[in-house]
Amino acid sequence: MSVADYERLPEIKTLADHPELPERLREIWETKPGLYGFISSVDHKEIGIKYIVTAFIFLVLGGIEALVMRIQLAQPGERLLTPEQFDELFSMHGITMIFLYALPILSGFSNFLFPLVLGSRDMAFPRLNAFSYWVYLAAGLFMYASFLVGAVPNDGWFNYAPYSLKPYNPGPNMDFYALGMIFLGISTTVGAANFVVTVMRLRAPGMSINRVPILVWGTTTISVGILLAVPAVSLAFFLLWCDRQFGTHFYDATTGGQPLLWQHLFWIFAHPWVYVIVLPAMGLVSDALPIVCRRPLVGYTLVVLGTVLTMVLGFGVWVHHMFATGLPPLASSFFSGASFIITIPSAIAVFAWVATIWTGRPVFTTAFHYFAGFIVMFVIGGVSGVMTAAVPADLQLTDTYFVVAHIHYVLIGINLFGVLGALYFWFPKMSGRMLSERLGKWAFWIVFIGFNVAFLPMHLTGLMGMPRRIYTYPREAGWGLVNMVSSVGAFVLAIGILVVFIDILVSLRRGRIAGPNPWDAPTLEWSIPSPPPPYNFALIPAVASRHPLWEERLGEGSGRSMLDRGFVLDHGKETLATTVIDAEPDIILKMPEDSPWPFITTIVITGFFTGLLLRSASVTAVGAVLILLCILFWLWPKRRLLQVARPQHG
Amino acid sequence: MPRHLSATGLGSVGMVLAGPALAQTTSPALTPLTPEQWPMNFWSSAGAQGDAINGLLWGLIWLSVIVVVIIALLVIVGIIVRGARGREVATTPVERSGNGVGFIYIGVGISTLVLVVYTGWTVATMAGIASPPSAPGLTIDVTGHQWWWEFRYENPDTSQVFLTANEIHIPVGVPVHFRLQTADVIHSFWIPALGGKTDMIPGRVNEMWLEADKAGIYRGQCSEYCGEQHAQMALRVVADTPSDFAAWRDAQLADPVQPVTDEARLGATRFQLRCGACHTVRGTPAGGAVGPDLSHLMSRTTIAAGMLQNNAANLGGWIANPQSIKPGAQMPNIELSGPELHAIETYLLTLG
Repeated sequence: MSVADYERLPEIKTLADHPELPERLREIWETKPGLYGFISSVDHKEIGIKYIVTAFIFLVLGGIEALVMRIQLAQPGERLLTPEQFDELFSMHGITMIFLYALPILSGFSNFLFPLVLGSRDMAFPRLNAFSYWVYLAAGLFMYASFLVGAVPNDGWFNYAPYSLKPYNPGPNMDFYALGMIFLGISTTVGAANFVVTVMRLRAPGMSINRVPILVWGTTTISVGILLAVPAVSLAFFLLWCDRQFGTHFYDATTGGQPLLWQHLFWIFAHPWVYVIVLPAMGLVSDALPIVCRRPLVGYTLVVLGTVLTMVLGFGVWVHHMFATGLPPLASSFFSGASFIITIPSAIAVFAWVATIWTGRPVFTTAFHYFAGFIVMFVIGGVSGVMTAAVPADLQLTDTYFVVAHIHYVLIGINLFGVLGALYFWFPKMSGRMLSERLGKWAFWIVFIGFNVAFLPMHLTGLMGMPRRIYTYPREAGWGLVNMVSSVGAFVLAIGILVVFIDILVSLRRGRIAGPNPWDAPTLEWSIPSPPPPYNFALIPAVASRHPLWEERLGEGSGRSMLDRGFVLDHGKETLATTVIDAEPDIILKMPEDSPWPFITTIVITGFFTGLLLRSASVTAVGAVLILLCILFWLWPKRRLLQVARPQHG
Repeated sequence: MPRHLSATGLGSVGMVLAGPALAQTTSPALTPLTPEQWPMNFWSSAGAQGDAINGLLWGLIWLSVIVVVIIALLVIVGIIVRGARGREVATTPVERSGNGVGFIYIGVGISTLVLVVYTGWTVATMAGIASPPSAPGLTIDVTGHQWWWEFRYENPDTSQVFLTANEIHIPVGVPVHFRLQTADVIHSFWIPALGGKTDMIPGRVNEMWLEADKAGIYRGQCSEYCGEQHAQMALRVVADTPSDFAAWRDAQLADPVQPVTDEARLGATRFQLRCGACHTVRGTPAGGAVGPDLSHLMSRTTIAAGMLQNNAANLGGWIANPQSIKPGAQMPNIELSGPELHAIETYLLTLG
């Protein structure tokens, strides 16, 4: 392949000018079939779908853990599980759902959708993208390997010291969690950096920042949040591991350490994390709900500001998890006030969705069912959050089942309902086939009823004084009935999720062919075939409004978007970079080809972390050397990526 | 997690009581708690702090219900009024109808006002519960242990200081000052009917106050996850009339009675030998500080931190095999012969 000129002026043509272009681009971009293609693909669509499938598998694992716990709690004095088993299950349930399902599922959607909605051919760093996925998978398996050796993390996802320290927790349980989280932090960090750079530089010409979909705002906002929050938790877990392995004294009060330091470091990360795992889901709804309501989103600018403001404020409320730790009232009242205020940007989004329904013509698709349910679940999770923001009320509510109800309304109500709605909406784009509306609506009602039967009574269980994380309770406490109801609801919810999976499996083979734009939707991903070709856009489009496919009907924007004409970039794997704010064409990017190095590097890093877990200096050292070698091979300059000097003779 | 279980600890009495049969045999025997049905709920309160919190709590509950109903109605009515029934998405025309931004301005405006009011209410309530209505009449040091509660009734006169465990008495109408510490991991001290919870954090002494306004028995429970038996770390607060409280305190301060029967005397000796390294009975060689002070064991209604009713059968079963009843508990299974167990049990039953 000749070295191309990345400062050349690309042609703007139509497909009629270049009828052979799609075929040529497919040859350039397509991932080779087979196992090698599977592990070396850097195609964002394949990576996105891998993320989604893996996250759903973790959802099932976390769900099974929950169901076992619900059997144990269904009646007083149940003896299905030992106390230790129960502790391990609630810990892994939290870890799985919060870290291995909730963000990765959204990363999956964002990975799949970002280049498509932005009018690009891939993410900014395709190999890093593949690496991010493989590290996520490896870190998840690393933490789950604790089941194989019977030393599962048992101090909850919040992992408070000093119970997590060696005197109380001598086994490797906590080391799996501590090292696993540092490992997983690599994935979220590089993934976040990739999203941020992609948004800044890979938008189609004309897609100024006020024209990108809300999902893009959501994911970009949380990606910046991740870059700021993850260092806190990686540090917290590293210090914990040092305390455990080398006898440092960060969290050990008997030697002058501070158990509260853990709580601060953890919640400085974990509260923003709550917004990290809901804002992109809110973005998915903000983008798809208007389409099934047949109008643009009401209050786009306000919703965007609300999204960013939520994340910013989200960094200033972490202490509301610690109101019972005996803080001075002045500190508590500051964080209480901040926690009230953070409701306001969320209220913007809620009223924007309500207004979109009221000023639109909602069509009752399965996706719309999920979105409508999502709005009400969002509000229930929101108001119970406001209740815990009030310090005196929180002193009663915290660490009871009321908070369990609250987090599940937030995480299932916002994340899972948003995701399932988005799945019904974008599945045709991913697979080329429609999901079944009939089965889908059945599944929705089972999920909706099961979820509310399981979790609405939990508010009452909390008000009845049932503490969290107890493996059993006495009959005299009177918590038997509400717990039985919750357990029944949990199984109904599980059946609903099963129906969704059946729908997916059936529709992959027999679903109706979707065509490029089954919802008559306005954004760029619907201007290309379903599923999209490996190169996404044969011609890089230019956009003139927020709704390129609706602009004639809405009379929107200045001029018309250019969809059937566009930039021809076919001198190898190329896409177009644009300027940060205005998205003016800037430079031709040379994109890397499929590479096994992200996968191999991940394997080697897994070995490195296993060495740390085993406290084996030799395994760790070999791992470290191999990591350096992998990075060397990965980054070895390539002429076709213009990473070596151009030959003088041209 | 496998724990060392001493097989020989399964003495004859323990054999009867330990294992799965336990829950059935003991649960109905627990003395009724008041309020009878839901001893842990906090929507009604029996003390000054709880009352102050409940005003705000109920204000929040009603606000939440109203907000959820309003939004749910907006969504449902919106769907009914505007829904394009029986239509397909792709064939329903797109239009930018109406200016919905008004919804956002009005909705967010009202929300903001309500939130400001509730923030003020919150801060006012915080100020209200920051200190008790009158000077505390009693100071109790509480130390959380995996998995039981140690209470030390403070007094400037050291002869008036005494220790007890898992069950305290307080006088009605008198604010009690609690100093909260932990001997191991984080616990949280919580008696829902009387007020909010406060964590017990290693290296710190947290303070709180509670006041019971009605005589009664109030259940509490550890509410910060503290390990394997977090679920079995309950306590009972008995709010007495001032005269009952004074009588109880005098009884606690009194020296334990001396055993009179031969069996009890034998039991005392065996107890000092086998149990005295961890447990104290005042005025005897048994002076251990690892487990609960047993000087007046039989004045307490439960054992094992609220898990079992305190009677001869449960006591015998617990001593014989605590690890089967409460796996992971710090009390080990001690190898005791049948007669030895019986003697110790007889002795303990005299500690009224």
